[in-house]
Amino acid sequence: MLDQTKGSYKKRTGLKINPAKTCQPIGAMYAALGIHKCLPHSHGSQGCCSYHRMHLTRHYRDPIVASTSSFTEGACVFGGKSNLKKGLENVFHIYNPDVVAVNTTCLSETIGDDVGEIIKATDVPEGKTVIYANTPSYVGSHVTGFSNMCKAMVTHLAEKKEGKKAKGVNILPGYVEPSDMMEIKRMATLLKIPFTMFPDTSGVVATPNTGNYEMYPEGGTPIKEIKKSGNALGTIALGEFSSKDAAYELEKKCDVPATILKEPIGIKATDEFIMKMLELNGGIIPKELEFERGQLVDVMVDVHNHYHGKKVALFGDPDILIAMTEFVIDLGMVPTLVLSGTPGKAFVKAIQDLFDAAKLDDSIVLGEEDLFSFHQIIKENPVDLIIGNSYGKYIAREEQIPLVRMGWPILDRVGHSYFPVVGYKGGLRIIEKITTALLDKYDATCPEEDFELVM
Amino acid sequence: MSDKMKNVVNEIMDVYPAKVMKGRKSHMIIKDGSEKQEIAANTRTIPGIITNRGCCYAGCKGVVIGPIVDMVHIVHGPVGCSYYAWGTRRNKGKAREGGQNFLEYAFTTDIQESDIVFGGVKKLEAAVDEAVELFHPKAISISATCPVGLIGDDINAVAKEMSAKHGIKILSFNCEGYKGVSQSAGHHIANNKLMTDVIGTNDKPVKEYSLNLLGEYNIGGDEWEITRVLHKIGYNIVSTMTGNGSIEEIANAHKADLNVIQCHRSINYIAEMIETKYGLPWIKVNFIGVESFSQSLRDIAKYFGDETLIQRTEEVIAEETEQIRDEMQLIKTKLDGKTAVLFVGGSRAHHYQGLLREIGIETLVAGYEFGHRDDYEGRDVIPYIKVDADSRNIEEIKVEKDEKNYSMRIPKSRVEELKKELPWASYEGLIKEMKDGSLIIDDLNHVETEKIIEILKPEFFGSGVKDKYMIQKMGVYSKQLHSYDYSGPYAGFQGAMNFARDVAAGILTPAWSYIKAPWNCEPLLNGKLEGVEKYA
Repeated sequence: MLDQTKGSYKKRTGLKINPAKTCQPIGAMYAALGIHKCLPHSHGSQGCCSYHRMHLTRHYRDPIVASTSSFTEGACVFGGKSNLKKGLENVFHIYNPDVVAVNTTCLSETIGDDVGEIIKATDVPEGKTVIYANTPSYVGSHVTGFSNMCKAMVTHLAEKKEGKKAKGVNILPGYVEPSDMMEIKRMATLLKIPFTMFPDTSGVVATPNTGNYEMYPEGGTPIKEIKKSGNALGTIALGEFSSKDAAYELEKKCDVPATILKEPIGIKATDEFIMKMLELNGGIIPKELEFERGQLVDVMVDVHNHYHGKKVALFGDPDILIAMTEFVIDLGMVPTLVLSGTPGKAFVKAIQDLFDAAKLDDSIVLGEEDLFSFHQIIKENPVDLIIGNSYGKYIAREEQIPLVRMGWPILDRVGHSYFPVVGYKGGLRIIEKITTALLDKYDATCPEEDFELVM
Repeated sequence: MSDKMKNVVNEIMDVYPAKVMKGRKSHMIIKDGSEKQEIAANTRTIPGIITNRGCCYAGCKGVVIGPIVDMVHIVHGPVGCSYYAWGTRRNKGKAREGGQNFLEYAFTTDIQESDIVFGGVKKLEAAVDEAVELFHPKAISISATCPVGLIGDDINAVAKEMSAKHGIKILSFNCEGYKGVSQSAGHHIANNKLMTDVIGTNDKPVKEYSLNLLGEYNIGGDEWEITRVLHKIGYNIVSTMTGNGSIEEIANAHKADLNVIQCHRSINYIAEMIETKYGLPWIKVNFIGVESFSQSLRDIAKYFGDETLIQRTEEVIAEETEQIRDEMQLIKTKLDGKTAVLFVGGSRAHHYQGLLREIGIETLVAGYEFGHRDDYEGRDVIPYIKVDADSRNIEEIKVEKDEKNYSMRIPKSRVEELKKELPWASYEGLIKEMKDGSLIIDDLNHVETEKIIEILKPEFFGSGVKDKYMIQKMGVYSKQLHSYDYSGPYAGFQGAMNFARDVAAGILTPAWSYIKAPWNCEPLLNGKLEGVEKYA
């Protein structure tokens, strides 16, 4: 396994090996699926759309539908205008979505297609909407694409109705699972705070089997809700990298004040989310949430001995990593290495601040890096646990280190669509996963005389 | 059946605007038993259509080049193209003794905005240097992606220069995603380069009865199951293109005695060129299904004409089929009378029909994602295919007889004889396999899939992952026939058994019986349904 990985970590200038990120359009496609009756449309070669649908489908095990401009060589020479115009006309005629969310690709960006102008020149049927985001694959990562599409929702849809009293809170959930979005909604509902959350993929990419295929399931944030976001008391953007731009756009466009928080993963970040919700809207802390929080603390106390002091290496997307690093520190673990493929100085700083506060002088944070480097560093500084997406399984196997699957994508296990990692409930699930991973390894490898029933 | 199929076509046509309807209609035929039925294929997908097709890069790097295990495959472009082709196709591979295996790795130049503006050549050169420094591979491939072609990075010059610098083979592929109309263009581009730069560069002598397996990608371990049986009979496999392939073995391919072709679409170019250049003939085989595999083994033996080999072939077939007969028969009794739709690539929609029949399932509808007319109608149609602008852009290379290495493998008199008995440089296509009244659809898309299921209600739908879950939401079992749903091998005898078990499990799994909740089936004596009028 990974037999060719040797040598000590050295920054490379030309070659990325086993990337810890992918390109913008896939994130934009995922975000767009979180609008009710929306069909994402990829403006580029059909292969992009095919790859993005393939990968999202493998992660969600649910239908991921999107259309494409199907560029040919001719379109590259003459521009993609006719492909997009024709494409949109066909899409509305054949598939009848309420909204089409166009994302660009490296191809259409490089030839310089002005998607906004092309859409203006297209006959969009009455009552239908087309929004778009520029998502060049050679900038940022899939997280940037998600963020750009969220921002596009605000740019193209949010409205401020003058003279209307501000009401409720907007929640931007960030690049998280449908289960997480469901849990964020549940917490907001328990707080009895009126809210609009967008995007919301929970009823779109984790749908029931009823024997009937619904191309546009009941889920997704309705357009009118997103429009209303311009009249909210405030916006809570969860995850700086995936939600900040949309929140600031709303602040700029409609004067809705923005608050940027971490993803509510772990006890502290969940506390902050709830406190901020109350601060913006007022309300009562329900007994249920207090009970759930108490359960989480109880388990943190009861089983800390299984993970306290253990070294952990994490990789994945910045927003998940920032919250998770904070949580593993709160669990008493030692994050020795945190690595993201997504570029951004803010990520390195946020993790470094967490290291500094916890006096973790030897821990390493790397942005814009890849899994080959991650592996090289682990070889030099072994850890007890890896937390990351499915791509970590090769390193985990080679180094005999247990892997807790978290983040995107998870291509080889089920559960992420249905069981959240956010909120107090999610905190419990993370602890369950971490302890199970560590104890399963112990049980499989310890000497027989140390094999115990009660742990 | 024919009326039902007409209904399917009509229902599909009703969905489309006039122009799209016209375009799509020529891609569908209902087999009527007449001499020649023409189908439109290998043409552009209409923009806006939710197609299953991929791009030229996917066909070149993803399909043909990527499975070669001992090369560093550098994708020059933004990160995504390399990322999505990393470990997702299930083309398995092992390092040769003392050799390298890079299948667990993805390599990319991950070009950034500044590279788009100023060019990415420097970065690509650095990437090659770093790859050589870290891995010392025998060979490297460089694949171009859309923006690389547009900004004009000369990857061929980089390959040449870097090859001289490092003294290793570096192959460059101009397989930008926008070329051609599907993955198919990429196959052709990959074939050309393997022919010009690889095949014929290793003159190591080979043993007798030696074969090349062409168009076999070792998905789920297919190649291992096929070669297990071939070895048992007594063949020597010089190279496989390209599943579990090795660059030195492919370089040695011209030394073999026979090329056998599994996936015609993706590799027929090489087969033809090898025949012209080295005199090495090819026959079409089908390793899927007990009968087809047995027939292919008999054909190969007949080519060599050695009595011991022919006898050994019969022994192995008898021994292998004996092992699976009872269980296959049992599964057939469970699945008899069920129906299938197949929409896969450029060969499997044909190859799997026989195997499905062996377990009692008849294929009603079949189509290719990126096939050409010859894959449907047979190779006889090739001279009559109109070459359009999209195909003309894909280079056709001409090879000439290599006087030094050319040899007729068998006497000319026998060739004429064998041509009558074997699928000698010939492929009869998918249409011939199907019954009258069945429907053949090229480049099947989302809305067409939905209509087909609604009307025909098949029990099995073999397609790809993008369709799989919409089909299953409609209550129909769908199996990924590109990647085998994490299972396999499906080729050969044991593979047929695996497939039969998986299909039986998929169709018979108890979960299907729970789709309707009891409160939707039985009258409620006490209690009500929310939104009851909806269910009434």
